Amino acid sequence: MAAGSVEAKGKAPLKDVTSAVVRFAGDSGDGMQLAGTQFTDTSAVVGNDVATLPDFPAEIRAPAGTVAGVSGFQINFAATNIHTPGDVVNALIAMNPAAFKAHIDDVEQGGIVVVNDSEFEKVNLRKAGYKEGYNPLDDEQINQKYKIYRVPITRLNEEALAETGMGAKDIGRCKNMFALGLIYWMYDRPLDTTIGYLEDYFGKKKKKPEVAAANVKALKSGFYFGETAEMFPVRYHVAKAPISPGTYRKITGNEALAMGLVTGAKLAEKTLIYCSYPITPASDILHNLAAMRNLGVKTFQAEDEIAAVCSAIGASFGGQLGVTGTSGPGLALKSEALGLAVITELPMIVVNVQRGGPSTGLPTKTEQSDLLQAMYGRNGDCPIVVLAPKSPADCFDIAIEAVRIAFRHMLPVVILSDGYLANGAEPWPIPDPTSFDKIEIPAPPSPESFHAYSRDENLSRPWAAPGMAGLEHRIGGLEKQNLTGNVSYDPENHQEMTDLRHAKIDKVGEFIPALEPYGSPSGDLLVLGWGGTYGSILTAVDHARQEGHKVSAAHLRYLNPLPKNLGEVLGRFKKVLIPELNVGQLRLLIRGKFLIDARGLNKVQGKPFLIEEIEQAITLMLDGTWGPSESLTPRHHQVSSESWGG
Amino acid sequence: MTTATTNLDVPVLTAKDFASDQDVRWCPGCGDYAILNQVRKVVAKMGNRKENTVFVSGIGCSSRFPYYMDTYGFHSIHGRAPGIATGIKLANPELDVWIVTGDGDGLSIGGNHLMHVLRRNVNVHILLFNNRIYGLTKGQYSPTSEEGKKTKSSPMGSIDMPLSPLSIAIASEASFVARAIDVDKNLAGVLERAGKHEGSAIVEIYQDCNIFNHKAFDYATAKDAKLDNILYLEHGKPLVFGKDNQKGITLDRTRKPKVVTLGEDGVTEDDLLVHDEGDESLAFLLSRLTYPDFPEPMGVFYRVEDDCYENLLEKQVEDAVKAKGPGNLADLYSAGDTYTVKD
Repeated sequence: MAAGSVEAKGKAPLKDVTSAVVRFAGDSGDGMQLAGTQFTDTSAVVGNDVATLPDFPAEIRAPAGTVAGVSGFQINFAATNIHTPGDVVNALIAMNPAAFKAHIDDVEQGGIVVVNDSEFEKVNLRKAGYKEGYNPLDDEQINQKYKIYRVPITRLNEEALAETGMGAKDIGRCKNMFALGLIYWMYDRPLDTTIGYLEDYFGKKKKKPEVAAANVKALKSGFYFGETAEMFPVRYHVAKAPISPGTYRKITGNEALAMGLVTGAKLAEKTLIYCSYPITPASDILHNLAAMRNLGVKTFQAEDEIAAVCSAIGASFGGQLGVTGTSGPGLALKSEALGLAVITELPMIVVNVQRGGPSTGLPTKTEQSDLLQAMYGRNGDCPIVVLAPKSPADCFDIAIEAVRIAFRHMLPVVILSDGYLANGAEPWPIPDPTSFDKIEIPAPPSPESFHAYSRDENLSRPWAAPGMAGLEHRIGGLEKQNLTGNVSYDPENHQEMTDLRHAKIDKVGEFIPALEPYGSPSGDLLVLGWGGTYGSILTAVDHARQEGHKVSAAHLRYLNPLPKNLGEVLGRFKKVLIPELNVGQLRLLIRGKFLIDARGLNKVQGKPFLIEEIEQAITLMLDGTWGPSESLTPRHHQVSSESWGG
Repeated sequence: MTTATTNLDVPVLTAKDFASDQDVRWCPGCGDYAILNQVRKVVAKMGNRKENTVFVSGIGCSSRFPYYMDTYGFHSIHGRAPGIATGIKLANPELDVWIVTGDGDGLSIGGNHLMHVLRRNVNVHILLFNNRIYGLTKGQYSPTSEEGKKTKSSPMGSIDMPLSPLSIAIASEASFVARAIDVDKNLAGVLERAGKHEGSAIVEIYQDCNIFNHKAFDYATAKDAKLDNILYLEHGKPLVFGKDNQKGITLDRTRKPKVVTLGEDGVTEDDLLVHDEGDESLAFLLSRLTYPDFPEPMGVFYRVEDDCYENLLEKQVEDAVKAKGPGNLADLYSAGDTYTVKD
């Protein structure tokens, strides 16, 4: 942290730091997600680079005050370019003992911990699982390790709002804004973005101006408390990041996907028909798109996952863009229908926002363990195009790319997002919608020469939708004769059609960009990743390169087909490390296809990689201490040749 | 192919025009043939265009149906035709969409979808071929097989309670519910009314599987017996049946249906229930009448006019455009807080 006093507001001096990681934690009803998103919006607006990690329980309202019910929101904001939500927490805001207990271990030594002292009483301490008579805030060791600030947030908030005439319950709901105001003061942030939001949301949308006013008052009271109370010796300032000129907004992966899908549909001049069954963490895509009726978007909340994928297939057969969205268990339910989409060669898209599995697993936690399900989870030899965005903003680009591929090649495309990308946010340079290439859809041939399964240069069959006269035809799940599309049980035809379905995927490979490693084109180690691990891998490789190591990174946005030059790239490095949030699914594919001894850093702990974990793995790979294991797993953020993961 | 032209120069199509070039491969003597012929006639009579007509099916003998119609067709996966058909209607509400399903496809594996396509009132016509057996998998009992039915998978007799497809349809808020028999004269009329209905229409068609469940509906089709065992429904007319139209249905003092004979015990036509297609409770009561205790009703049980799902969705799009103006991508991208970074 670079220090330097800039100005003084109140009595505490202002200290310049290049970045800070702040985590808001409280009961799931405490409004921590709102406090966190507001802090993110404000930080983005003042020009920082930002990356966020919301972390909430699967239960909507777990018993109040328990560790199971703790909801957290972490934000990394910086004066430099950043790619992850940060490894360690510089400042924790804990609204109750349970939140303190759940998150204190992630705070750096000497880090700031602001606690809502009002809640640290007997009952809450017991609910959090602390033993009778113990209060961690009085623990000497804890006070030595962290800078603990005991602020009676509940009481101060009540006093600040005593004259609003609101009930005690409503007043209590504003305490997140009091805490947010205090942290705004501590990090030298303006209040106007949040005030604008509160007035707009509570005042105009919910038509409750008194609630808006109370929240604004709580926010300001928190800010003034910081200024007035002589509690805090120092404040922090994070300067603007060197971001390319342009207009930006903050965007989450789910928002980006929704906007990308609409954009793709518009570029193809088709109606987007999004068919989905609510499932965490994909539901926000449905919510976002349902609010876009005035852009011509149709959403359909189906009765189940199977109906969702089938109606998307029907929509594509019907001549528009059918898309379905889900998470792991839902993808499993859609498998049979995806086989139908593959054999009928219809252009449609499946979004799978991955979460912890198997089965119901960890619904609100991130994981990358559906890669093999997406690749192979269907009966028969049933290849499908698989794409994976690398960051929240990349979800926008990948969605457009998926639409382009689906229409050009007449086949279904799977997008593998994940919980971290879906809910995480980053700044997004707002694009000019006229800057995208149109998505051309080949016109179907004339009725005289029409065959449902004729092939163009990409091996695509024509798309003749009901309503087109003279092109009436029947498709379905039974094997079709190539060219005519009639049902065929002929052995040679089935071989030909199976080969064709694979050859179509290879054709997609002719349109995707060559893989270019970040760093040097060759060297001692290539760290190969896919999906949401991009930021951690890139930062860790950057650090290793700064230390002089010959390490490069390569990231796969196309999983099927793989970039054509991948084998060649792999061959230019002595060793290959594949970090994944699963037990080694890409590693299995790479080892099987390229016969190389790739090693894996694998973790399934519901959270993204820390940069530090990948750095440790890089060190073990480079200094020859990795050992014989095909993969290692960080345990409590430590990677060693002993930390074998299976 | 063209038999006549109207003043718009659009050729009028015949049943023959709706026959595809594929050989029909159902077992000789299967009830499906009769239904196929009637459907071809009805779509021609309705003035359908081939390009605007879509047949969607799931899996089962009946689900081969789309291959035999020279229209657009989709032979999908087991039980899922309602999902596919709903997607087609969302993409293009103008299309005339038919679903062909069976007692296994529609009531067993696809039961959930059937319920939901009906309650949404998607404008599709559902033909449920009920042969009370699994034909394509060679003769296991189905959700409509009678209790005690001995099949390959129930050698000691089925212990499953059968369900009534039409009771389910009525409970699922279907807006048109009817029944017909593959070889019966009323099939064409019922199909035509289903085809013209705006909303989710379901027609249960008793269909003879002459291989695995032959003569399952003998009581309803045999010349000498059928008039005593089925009852033709007519809107506004009393529920009478029997060879000489001498029998009828009335309610006893506990509101339970009862078969009575006109002229006996002073019973006159005025004592009989009168059919009302708009009466949901009556429709449900009719759906519970089963042989041999009662004659089984044929014809339209229930019909109500209601908005169709795909039109309501289109209207929401129109309303949103009216309220917010036609959305554009630039505004969409810039919604919420934006900030500008200068050089």
